[in-house]
Amino acid sequence: MASLGRYLLAACCLAAVLLGVLAAVYVSGFGRHEADSDISRSRKTVNGLFTVSIEPESSTVWQGDLHAWLVTVKTASGKPVEYAAIDVSGGMPEHNHGLPTSPQVTGYLGNGHYRIEGMKFTMRGWWQLRLSISAAAGSDTVVFNLAL
Amino acid sequence: MTRIASVCLALALAAMLAGCGKPQFSDAEKATIASLSLSALPPLKPDTTNRFADDPGAAALGSTLFFDQKLSRDGTVSCSTCHRIDRQFQDDLPLGMGVGRTNRRTMPLAGVAYNAWFFWDGRRDSLWSQALTPLENPLEHAGNRAAYAHYIKARFGERYERIFGPLPDLYGIPAKAGPFGTDAERAAWAAMNEDQRGGVNRVFANIGKAIAAFERSLMPPPTRFDHFAEALASGTEPQGDASLSDAEMQGLKLFIGRANCVTCHNGPLFTDGSFHNVGVSPRPGLPPDRGRIDALAQVEADPFNCLGPYRDGGVEACGELRFIRKTGEELVRAFKTPSLRGVATRPPYMHAGQFATLEQVVDNYLNAPASIEGTTEQHPVQLSERERSALVAFLKTLSD
Repeated sequence: MASLGRYLLAACCLAAVLLGVLAAVYVSGFGRHEADSDISRSRKTVNGLFTVSIEPESSTVWQGDLHAWLVTVKTASGKPVEYAAIDVSGGMPEHNHGLPTSPQVTGYLGNGHYRIEGMKFTMRGWWQLRLSISAAAGSDTVVFNLAL
Repeated sequence: MTRIASVCLALALAAMLAGCGKPQFSDAEKATIASLSLSALPPLKPDTTNRFADDPGAAALGSTLFFDQKLSRDGTVSCSTCHRIDRQFQDDLPLGMGVGRTNRRTMPLAGVAYNAWFFWDGRRDSLWSQALTPLENPLEHAGNRAAYAHYIKARFGERYERIFGPLPDLYGIPAKAGPFGTDAERAAWAAMNEDQRGGVNRVFANIGKAIAAFERSLMPPPTRFDHFAEALASGTEPQGDASLSDAEMQGLKLFIGRANCVTCHNGPLFTDGSFHNVGVSPRPGLPPDRGRIDALAQVEADPFNCLGPYRDGGVEACGELRFIRKTGEELVRAFKTPSLRGVATRPPYMHAGQFATLEQVVDNYLNAPASIEGTTEQHPVQLSERERSALVAFLKTLSD
């Protein structure tokens, strides 16, 4: 009897571990860990040349609608970066695809602020927005994680 | 020891039974379900590129034109030949049949006006410019725009002028002429002067604008899924028409969860309106079809696109074309995510009708085969036979 009990206990533990693993996989979702890792809207560029902040122009971003973002570029010492060339790219790493549109910087608004038009997110999930910035101080890149 | 074992056994049994019982939805899942409900569909935005889009007279003329077989080379093909009113505005065929057999599946039209891009590859950027394209396709209506302008004047002149203003002077315009027709028609088109071509183009554009005004009224009806979603959102127990079976609910849970369908089939129309390579094999015997990547040059060259001279309203409506994505391997063999509303009652499926059943479609998504060109966005998903059936059962709730 005691031996049967041990077997049952072992089976239960095994089942519990399996359930736990399945639940962890299920709850974590595909790659969500990456998206959650850093979704800050203000980041330093890879080589530390610039500090870049982003925000959507209007408070609500509707999935599937074209909309604009505002980008602020400052030097490491906090000075606005004027008339930088900014190239916009990105995509969904989990789905092997880039952005559905080709957003572009359509205006320099002064004081290190730029407007990016043509942004569109067609799907929920983990998006990346990559800004390659060239200015008098040099060229550098920053990648933002966006969780929709 | 025996007691611990018994408790464990009871817990394990309870867990198993819970797994087999009625699926429950978390708050996040309920929010996703609400986002798919037809009641979440926003009102149609005005189409500023077509100032007749919401003109009842234009819609009425558009409806007449939609069903008019005279708008074709030999008087046998209308829009409704393939977009059949009694069949969700599609034709049940793997490949559409106009004057000849086309290379693509006819798309249904419910909610079509919500699209930013048209056709399976998005080679047109407005509903009205879309409506013009089949009229001159040699495999569809196979007509030419000069003949259409003459026909409109002769048959609908007064109606046309009440809506769109005076017709151009068609005196001296050849009976048949257009940029895509026979050699003789193309030569006749080239021999016309700029004003004559512009006048004919204007009448042709207005044919598209009238048809688009009619098509804006084509909306999907609410189904059992919508009744269920509304009951769920209001916190009441779904009853009668609003109740889904356990299998249907399990399928819904998979659709918005582990099977990842909702990633692309999102929103009340179950489409992200975008283009994806999902590794569907081509239909044998057809010329190579590279989808979105080959549509880019076509929409940019179309004189009726948003940036062309036939747009009404301001250029600010042209964001989709201005910020069009032009490069990237993911555009190769990428086709538009179709709406899933009414899907179960309109096989066959995919852009060339490759699959006869929803089961085959589901299997293709879950197995995620490699694409013959480009890279599929699909990842394999392991689902049991029962789960696959549940997914199909759920899809059927979008039809009845």
